[in-house]
Amino acid sequence: MKFINYLESISGVGIFPMISLLTFFSFFTLCIIYVIKADAKSMDEMKNIPLDLEDNKNK
Amino acid sequence: MELEKFYYDNRIARAFAFATILWAIVGMLVGVIIAFQLAEPALNLGVAQTTFGRLRPLHTNAVIFAFVGNGIFTAVYYSFPRLLKARMFSDTLNWIHFWGWQLIIVLAALTLVMGITTSKEYAELEWPIDILITIIWVIFGINMLGTIFKRRERHLYVGIWFFLAGWVTVAMLHLVNSFAIPVTLFKSYSWYAGVQDALVQWWYGHNAVAFFLTTPYLGLMYYFVPKAANRPVYSYRLSIIHFWSLIFLYIWAGPHHLLYTALPDWAQSLGTVFSIMLILPSWGGMLNGLFTLRGAWDKVREDPVLKFFVVALTCYGMATIEGPLLSLKNVNSYSHYTDWTVAHVHVGALGWNGFLTFGMLYWLIPRLYKTKLHSVKLASTHFWIGTLGIILYAVPMYWSGFKQSLMWKDFTPEGQLTYSFMDSVQSVLPFYLLRAIGGTVYLAGAILMVYNLYKTTKAGTFVSEVEVEAAPLSKQYVAPANAHWHSWVERKPIQLLVFSLIVVGIGGIVELVPTFLVKSNVPTIASVKPYTPLELQGRDIYIREGCYTCHSQMIRPFRDEVARYGDYSKAGEFVYDHPFQWGSKRTGPDLARQGGKNPNSWHFNHLLDPQSTSPGSVMPRYPWLFKKDLNNTSLPKKIKAMQTLGVPYEKGYESIAQFDLDKQANMIAEDLKANKIEISSKKEIIAVIAYLQRLGTDIKAER
Repeated sequence: MKFINYLESISGVGIFPMISLLTFFSFFTLCIIYVIKADAKSMDEMKNIPLDLEDNKNK
Repeated sequence: MELEKFYYDNRIARAFAFATILWAIVGMLVGVIIAFQLAEPALNLGVAQTTFGRLRPLHTNAVIFAFVGNGIFTAVYYSFPRLLKARMFSDTLNWIHFWGWQLIIVLAALTLVMGITTSKEYAELEWPIDILITIIWVIFGINMLGTIFKRRERHLYVGIWFFLAGWVTVAMLHLVNSFAIPVTLFKSYSWYAGVQDALVQWWYGHNAVAFFLTTPYLGLMYYFVPKAANRPVYSYRLSIIHFWSLIFLYIWAGPHHLLYTALPDWAQSLGTVFSIMLILPSWGGMLNGLFTLRGAWDKVREDPVLKFFVVALTCYGMATIEGPLLSLKNVNSYSHYTDWTVAHVHVGALGWNGFLTFGMLYWLIPRLYKTKLHSVKLASTHFWIGTLGIILYAVPMYWSGFKQSLMWKDFTPEGQLTYSFMDSVQSVLPFYLLRAIGGTVYLAGAILMVYNLYKTTKAGTFVSEVEVEAAPLSKQYVAPANAHWHSWVERKPIQLLVFSLIVVGIGGIVELVPTFLVKSNVPTIASVKPYTPLELQGRDIYIREGCYTCHSQMIRPFRDEVARYGDYSKAGEFVYDHPFQWGSKRTGPDLARQGGKNPNSWHFNHLLDPQSTSPGSVMPRYPWLFKKDLNNTSLPKKIKAMQTLGVPYEKGYESIAQFDLDKQANMIAEDLKANKIEISSKKEIIAVIAYLQRLGTDIKAER
């Protein structure tokens, strides 16, 4: 059953796939740009958050 | 800056850990029982409360919401204070959350066994419990956010993002999917009907897997794997990509549960595409977890905690590559409705959720009691027994899944179906038995764990409060010069929450809105009429007994299904189905076109003793339907509720519905009498027969 036949009755339904594609593309581009540009030191800091306090104290 | 002294509260983490252990045993035990019931139907005992259709939802709910749910809370209440350097927001809320959740579980167990269910898989609980879940969930959220607000650590660790995203998405899913109109305290009808109900349900159902069983457990993984290995996660960059892409993609994948059904084509394709894309973040996350252990593989050989984590991550990887494969239409045409799906989810549940929880508990309990694990050797034994259990469970299920599918689709050279449905049931019975044994082995491993942890608690002394010191956050945050916009999100919990909600909201909206906009355009079929009062009552009994756990009502457009069951199902046939009853598994045959196939007397005998009409059947007996009178007190309310939902009963029909019901019931009773069966027209079985005889007949009449 092809739903497209009655989907056509929504005016401008073509916008749906367009919006999805654009959101995805820009979202992932931004995400990857950030991750590449991110500061290595602060990454390291955040990485080590779980290994803090109690462990250090007990050493 | 001056250091502040404060205390972590271990009591609440311990309480949730013990609850996880308790419900793990209960949930698995029920699973083992129903597995044996499938192999030997006499084990249903002929009692309503112990019959498969009621115990199966109990098993799934116990494992998902009781075992894994309490596992999530254990991880949150242990890791949040430590990651944020602050005590949990409110001790009172801690305990309201704890006891509230256990109350929900107990109420769930009681109502499900009593047959009080909405029949929406993994959302079976009726509306008063749904409201209670909402309240407790909000309290959980307040507690998490409150802790974040008073934290002493500027950055929110990635594990916390996973917990928060899981929380906000589950809230959204729960609210949308539980939309129903209450009829009585214990009965409601889904707001949506047919195709729309199915789409909302599987949008929910799939994301219950995604945001309850997966996302928070990834949070757990990102905390406990580094802790147990005593080294930071392999790549923090990868974890950021993992997080955003996972929550972005997951929400779209729901429709892959409805491939080849009457769901619109475009929605099916959307589900497939996003499911395939999901391989990337899932495997990114798995590798991130496994690579964390790089250089520590010598430890894996000795430490059972790490052994559990490695197998859990491997199972996560297997389940998340298999899931997308099952979403391909050509694979799905074979796998859907078979035991293959059952194998798939159990690799996830037993391997990923189960083993990750076991690993966490073996790591956590000794620390809470400031002692060593009672027996490392016993824990390793548990590891091997558990792994054996998973294999013994999964392999027979894969085998029987393939076998079912191949037998169902086989044709003789003359163009006839080669096998009857019963042939396929008979041929998979040995595998059902093996699977039940596999489950038992896995359960035995878990019991070893209970003993081991019990001995551990006896050997140590519980540390209820842990004293720590940390500097408070300065009021003014000076961002480093090279700080990026994303670090702004990482510092601000509310922004993170809103961002996550937007990200998951987009998927939900694009998927659901078109289907709802075209509501009036679902091609109505003139001959499709609302159920008669008696059929409606019968349908409610069908729901109560959980018939949907074994019978689908959705014939896909395949040659074999059309040959076996009749004309394929159309979207317009389900417009009055609140809730839909498409089902997801064919332990028994499809019932979408059952109406008129067999005489009333056949149904009578079949429900009384399925083996009498269908030798070799594994269906339970339903003797209580023949004893209990049909309760019609809420019938007028049911009709009115249906009218509110747009079912076109004429105005004032609720007052004459009883008359119509009696009339139809008498007709069936007389027909039975003509076939030498004496039964009062007031019994429940009459309504069930009326419903079964109606199924799929609207379209047949048109021809």
